[in-house]
Amino acid sequence: MSDQKVLMGNHALSWGAVTSRVQVISAYPITPQTQVVELLSEMCSDGTLDAEFIKVESEHSAMAACIGASAAGARTFTATSAQGLALMHEMLHWAVGGRLPVVMGNINRSMAPPWTIWTEQTDSLAQRDTGWLQIYVSSNQEVYDSTLIAYKIAENQKVSLPVMIILDAFFLSHTSENVTMIEQSKADAYLPKYNPKYKLDPKEPHTFGGLTTPDWYYELRYNIQRGMDESYQVIKDAHAEFKSMFGREYGMVEEYKCEDADVILVGMATAASTGKESIDVLRSKGVKAGLLRIRFFRPFPFEDVRRVLKNAKQVLVLDRNLCPGMGGIVYQEVKSAMYNEKNKAPMYGFIMGLGGRDITVESIVNLFDYAKKNDPQDIIWMEVKK
Amino acid sequence: MIYTIPQKELINPGHLACQGCGGALALRIVLKTLGENTILTFPACCWSVIDGPFPYSAVMVPLFHTAFETAAVTASGIKAGVKKAQDPNTNAVAWAGDGGTFDIGIQALSGAAERNDDMFYFVYDNEAYMNTGVQRSSATPKGAWTTTTPTQFPKKERKKDLVSIIAAHGVPYIATACVAYPEDFTKKLEKAKQIKGFKFFHIFAPCPPGWKTNPQETIKLGKMAVENKMFPLFEIENGENYTINMPNPKKEKNVPVTEYITKQGRFRHLKEEDLKDIQEFVDKRWEKLKRLAEV
Repeated sequence: MSDQKVLMGNHALSWGAVTSRVQVISAYPITPQTQVVELLSEMCSDGTLDAEFIKVESEHSAMAACIGASAAGARTFTATSAQGLALMHEMLHWAVGGRLPVVMGNINRSMAPPWTIWTEQTDSLAQRDTGWLQIYVSSNQEVYDSTLIAYKIAENQKVSLPVMIILDAFFLSHTSENVTMIEQSKADAYLPKYNPKYKLDPKEPHTFGGLTTPDWYYELRYNIQRGMDESYQVIKDAHAEFKSMFGREYGMVEEYKCEDADVILVGMATAASTGKESIDVLRSKGVKAGLLRIRFFRPFPFEDVRRVLKNAKQVLVLDRNLCPGMGGIVYQEVKSAMYNEKNKAPMYGFIMGLGGRDITVESIVNLFDYAKKNDPQDIIWMEVKK
Repeated sequence: MIYTIPQKELINPGHLACQGCGGALALRIVLKTLGENTILTFPACCWSVIDGPFPYSAVMVPLFHTAFETAAVTASGIKAGVKKAQDPNTNAVAWAGDGGTFDIGIQALSGAAERNDDMFYFVYDNEAYMNTGVQRSSATPKGAWTTTTPTQFPKKERKKDLVSIIAAHGVPYIATACVAYPEDFTKKLEKAKQIKGFKFFHIFAPCPPGWKTNPQETIKLGKMAVENKMFPLFEIENGENYTINMPNPKKEKNVPVTEYITKQGRFRHLKEEDLKDIQEFVDKRWEKLKRLAEV
């Protein structure tokens, strides 16, 4: 019998770290991430989790501590949000260049100023070029499961790259849902002990990250891209093994009623799960609507996106983020993924829900109405007070 | 009591340090005593280059190059990592220059000191950003020329008293050391090895290109700086118990700073009154240290 717990998204992340048997945690508090590390520090104190918890003085140091511990061969975990993630930026590159499989939870929160704590994806999307794998989740079960899956992928020697698990502030982080827990012995079978090929080992000394001339730096970057290339199959295998052991199915994307859809909405995270209800409303009115939720944003799911959007007559992209001067980030990427395709539908770039404003079933239905009446545009502001 | 410095070398010849580099000598002394069961981390500093370009590496222990401001916390992470995944007794060592310690790294350093993480932090202090070509740091002494404090406007501010800042954290062990006194240095390393918690070493490391001095005079300058109390040797235990350990107390009585200052190109522009000012500062600080050590 599987154990059930009612968990808020943040605690699902903590439990994911526990079930993954993380060995070193280092973190710094920031709303809305705090419960993740509060629960973990309790568990480290009471012995539920046999891990070292380094309570650092900043997020920059949290990532640096994880990097040091990971380089020494330990499985490491941290979590942060918005300003904290931005402060880590330099070290995000360091984890990638060091090929260290750190796993981090990021609770999407809008960037200041002005001060705000509500959800938006600009914080994590601004880190897309660092080389972290990024998983955008839409339920607390997915938060928990993705933590194990993340370590499985990150620690695979073909990949050896860090992974970020990304969840919406409050809509997931502080919302309680039923979560099916994984039995520890089965989790251990799925995710064996971390055993890196190279580590800081006095018995076999190596130097990591030393001065590298143009003769070799280029090849090291090539290897990082190769790790990303290899990760597609590794992700597929990790998902397949997860399904066979625990029954729950994940992909790089989630498709909802896309097979015969004329109009497909593309989105990420909780807005995309709200979108499923909108699709049902539209279907009941006779609109052949479908939804494509991008789960893995890095590596980008080129194949899935191209396959699903191939026969669409219109593509609507919903971005809860903004790259000023360019528009929605997911929109830009979906559009560029389709550029060389023979069949490409007109594409609409919608900006919605910035700063945590609600994205309702109705507001998503309105996107389809808009697209019915208007020509495609790159930046369409919906529900903005002018 | 005579201390024997371990014979085994853990730095290979052929590294890229400048002639007469105090920083290179300092790490040589440290590794001899800490031994092979040691993991190093370097932030950006001269040693980022000295160790050699990939695939070469001069040190014979594992080394992790880290970001400029993260030496202390990377070592904290390494220690936690070896505790969980390898040998918990492995020494975690942060090895940083004065810029990476007094300036950009002080936040992470303060964090690790406050947590009393079980590690060694060494700052090899050559009193400026030497790797980038001699820019002033908060460890640069008053009056010194650097490329960002030109001779018309030499550094106005005194050197930051970092040791007192670390002492205020109440860490178990702090020592000052100088490459000119390897026996004193080794004795302190041996002592620190027995202590669990945060160990901090402030190492005086003359820099011939940055100080505009002769490479063959590094040791001589080190001795002078100790004898004239520009850089007194002492220890602080638990943030409050001060012990002065001057190697030659008789010889060291009332040695003026003049010769030490005039030997260095970086102080060439200084006038008589500037020297007087430096002497007064050194005397005042020495009296304070004696009071703290209850001598």
